[in-house]
Amino acid sequence: MPDLSIDFAGIKSPNPFWLASAPPTNSGYQVMKAYDAGWGGAVWKTLGMPTINVSSRYAATNYRDTRISGFSNIELISDRPLEDNLREMREVTKRFPNHATIASLMVDTREQWIDIIKMVEDAGANGIELNFGCPHGMCERGMGSAVGQDPKALKTIVEWVMDAASIPVITKLSPNISHITDPGIAAVEAKTDAISLINTIKSIVGIDLDSYAPYPVVDGKGTNGGYCGPAVKPIAMHMLKELKKHPLIKDTPISGIGGIENWRDVVEYILLGATSVQVCTAAMHYGFGIVRGMEDGLKRFMSEKGYNTIYDFAGKALPNVMEWKDLNLKYDVKANINSDKCIGCDLCYIACDDGAHQAIALPTDGSRIPSIIEENCVGCNLCSLVCPVEECITMVQKDDGTKHNTWQQLTDSEEIPCTWNDDRAGGKGHYVPEPIKALESVRKDRSGARAK
Amino acid sequence: MAEYNRPQSEAEFNENFKDKTPLMNDTQAHYESSRCLFCYDAPCMNACPTAIDIPLFIKKINTGNIDGAAQTIYDSNWIGNACGTVCPTGVLCEGACVYNKQSVPAVQIGKLQNFATRHVIDNNKKLFEAGKDNGKKIAIIGGGPAGISCACELRKMGYTADIFEAKDKPSGLTVYGIAPYKITNEEVLDEVKYLQEQLGFNIKYNSPISSKDQLEQIEKDYDAVFIGVGLGPTAFRNIPGEDKSGIIGAVEFVEDLRMNHHKTNVGKEVIILGGGNTAMDAASESARMGATKVILAYRGSKEKMGAYDFEYELAISSGIKSVFDANPKEFLGEDSVEGVKFSRADGSEFTINCDMVIKATGQAKMGSFFKLIDNMETDESSRIKVNKKNNQTSNPKYFAGGDAINGGAEVVNAAYDGKLAALGIHKWLNE
Ligand SMILES: Cc1cc2nc3c(=O)[nH]c(=O)nc-3n(C[C@H](O)[C@H](O)[C@H](O)COP(=O)(O)OP(=O)(O)OC[C@H]3O[C@@H](n4cnc5c(N)ncnc54)[C@H](O)[C@@H]3O)c2cc1C
Ligand SMILES: Cc1cc2nc3c(=O)[nH]c(=O)nc-3n(C[C@H](O)[C@H](O)[C@H](O)COP(=O)(O)O)c2cc1C
Ligand code: SF4
Ligand code: SF4
Ligand code: SF4
Repeated sequence: MPDLSIDFAGIKSPNPFWLASAPPTNSGYQVMKAYDAGWGGAVWKTLGMPTINVSSRYAATNYRDTRISGFSNIELISDRPLEDNLREMREVTKRFPNHATIASLMVDTREQWIDIIKMVEDAGANGIELNFGCPHGMCERGMGSAVGQDPKALKTIVEWVMDAASIPVITKLSPNISHITDPGIAAVEAKTDAISLINTIKSIVGIDLDSYAPYPVVDGKGTNGGYCGPAVKPIAMHMLKELKKHPLIKDTPISGIGGIENWRDVVEYILLGATSVQVCTAAMHYGFGIVRGMEDGLKRFMSEKGYNTIYDFAGKALPNVMEWKDLNLKYDVKANINSDKCIGCDLCYIACDDGAHQAIALPTDGSRIPSIIEENCVGCNLCSLVCPVEECITMVQKDDGTKHNTWQQLTDSEEIPCTWNDDRAGGKGHYVPEPIKALESVRKDRSGARAK
Repeated sequence: MAEYNRPQSEAEFNENFKDKTPLMNDTQAHYESSRCLFCYDAPCMNACPTAIDIPLFIKKINTGNIDGAAQTIYDSNWIGNACGTVCPTGVLCEGACVYNKQSVPAVQIGKLQNFATRHVIDNNKKLFEAGKDNGKKIAIIGGGPAGISCACELRKMGYTADIFEAKDKPSGLTVYGIAPYKITNEEVLDEVKYLQEQLGFNIKYNSPISSKDQLEQIEKDYDAVFIGVGLGPTAFRNIPGEDKSGIIGAVEFVEDLRMNHHKTNVGKEVIILGGGNTAMDAASESARMGATKVILAYRGSKEKMGAYDFEYELAISSGIKSVFDANPKEFLGEDSVEGVKFSRADGSEFTINCDMVIKATGQAKMGSFFKLIDNMETDESSRIKVNKKNNQTSNPKYFAGGDAINGGAEVVNAAYDGKLAALGIHKWLNE
């Protein structure tokens, strides 16, 4: 049986599943309910400067019938009295001493940081997370992402905190910055114990077509929100990889956040080096129960692969994330259609013909089952991505695996194409139909036909 | 009525009886599982007699954790695969799915359930382990769904579980009674084999328990006993002419059909007596066996029939006709049946010719067997009385479940009963 417990920069937790600082950790009631459901830790909803919230706070992007593929909020940090939060935190940490209860904090002056750290330590918090991420409201007051976007200011504050804190400190980064390594280095230089990322991304998820205001609409107006949920996972994972590959940062434990909803997401984050994960949107969408599927899936994955702890595979994908110039130019895959599975939607045909490399032919026998023109196929994957049938179009390796050449090697041996019409360029000699063929295409666009 | 030709071979039988909705493929399972909303305190789960955590297992399918999905199913229901196929899902889980409220088709829970369980059965995935031997032995009388379920749960807790089964196959009516277009013999037996290999309960075949002596021996050898004997043969109706040849009980007919397939003897013109699900099955089955005329005769009105609507529709769709307000008075003919005389509520009479009659008018209870057990109370319909919390009978050493206590329900109820009794036995022995 795999052991899911972790020691994250000195914060112990029965498993790597934590709730992110957000509405699901707004109260002791919720945190206790979450621990009871199976969560190993919770980062308390950010405590700090007093706030007032607007009503109408969330909005979402829906993709077709999928609700909340992305989620946006204009909520501030906790608006509940600090005293209530601390009392409940004390109750939670007493009742669940082996769980990871972490206080997220956001204040302004050095004195305030020192005061509030003392208070949450007294309440039994097992760690502190510094919220330098909130991209709306708080940043207008010089906090949140205003700090996250200013590595110098961030460094100063982390130094204050490291001076004052006796429990582990996690610096939570904002993704609203071009180079995530800049605040990452600043946090490490200030000796943070750990990093977490990402907080939400500045966004406008939609405009109401009657009031002309962005969602969520507050009395006819709106503001930019913070974007999160499944849609942001790719961005967050890239940032995680940037930090984990950076020589100055790579040894600092990182808690991964952004769009995590199931065990696969968790495994992917761990493979990129995260050693704890945090979840907000999925818990807001489905409740705390989702953790059971995450736990079961992670355990099965580990048993199947023979891992005892998550440290056995943490970061295992990192060596495979290269720079483009180091990828093998001789590797060659081509699409293959399994005609037994094909349902004849011909989406692959039109995707390839209009959107890629004219490498799929329609059948002439009326079957609707298209075929790949191998000479034209560049192995881009597009058809396999649009095909609605599982495992119907697969990409099959055609080279024999013995040849290896990269852009870097070509550069080193001065063999890269360098003139406008260089014979060594990739597309040279690749078949493309004559332009006029477009007007004779096999199946006419129906709307065009009607217009005539 | 030429929908079906009389099957002359196993292949033709299989064609006539093939499942209308075969196993889902990966793409179907992916799309279907994506539709589940992951409802909180899900109505589907509450409607499942074994309370399978449906949204959880569907989520697991959707994230590629098929083994985990099957585990979730079996955690609640040891007969998970058969149930996915034979449960009347439209009145259970799928009937409760919230999509119904918007006239959107319900999530196909039963089919998804089979997708997961068949995956682990076909690939022989090891999901279970017997508990550490605790030295205690439990006897199980009857190897139907109730008995198998009880045995599995007991093995998980480390008990020795010995099943005494009268016939030479496990699974009771799942293999002898349920319509062949709902589930095949292989599928039923595969599931039992899969469970037995991992959990290691014993089945003693051809071992009917029918005497006081046998029971006394069992009481001596075992720490507790579970009774899952189901119901008896079709009850005799005492209608004049009932002993003519060509008149058969529905359960006996289906057993014949399940065991002998195309070799089963079915008349050209068949009358089915009854209005329950078994009657519907027998009607569909006769039609699929190539009878040229199948008439379902029920003594009450259509609305009064006990059968589920979808079972009636299925029978009608296989080409059968029905008459209501038809009370059988007399079976006509010389040695073999040639017709049935019916009376209506208003006293008038009419006759329908036939060369076969299938009585789907209810199974007898095992009353005389139950009387062999000291102090075990039964109710006025000869059903064993149990404590609903642990399925213990009034004789504390005996627990019971399935058709023997409910008078004839579904496989899923038997699955639940067996498990509940196992937990009850465990608690009772550890008090
Ligand atoms: C025609 C028909 C169609 C049905 N269709 C469906 C359906 O589509 N879906 C559904 O969910 N349910 C259906 N059912 C109901 C379902 O089959 C039963 O509810 C279920 O099988 C009951 O399980 P059980 O274990 O209680 O009893 P059984 O399945 O009856 O098993 C009892 C077992 O005990 C054995 N036994 C009996 N007496 C003794 C003895 N003295 N000693 C040793 N062994 C003994 C029997 O041989 C048998 O193997 C149908 C039933 C019938 C009759
Ligand atoms: C409504 C809402 C409120 C949030 N409040 C906070 C907060 O108070 N402090 C904080 O550090 N992050 C806050 N976040 C950001 C989340 O902690 C998390 O970093 C982000 O939502 C990405 O994770 P997800 O994709 O799982 O939602 C909030 C997010 C949402 C949706
Ligand atoms: S989710 Fe709850 S708090 Fe929010 S609008 Fe609905 S009822 Fe109100
Ligand atoms: S996209 Fe897939 S299913 Fe559709 S035509 Fe192409 S191969 Fe067939
Ligand atoms: S009721 Fe329907 S949608 Fe809701 S959890 Fe059950 S199957 Fe899914």
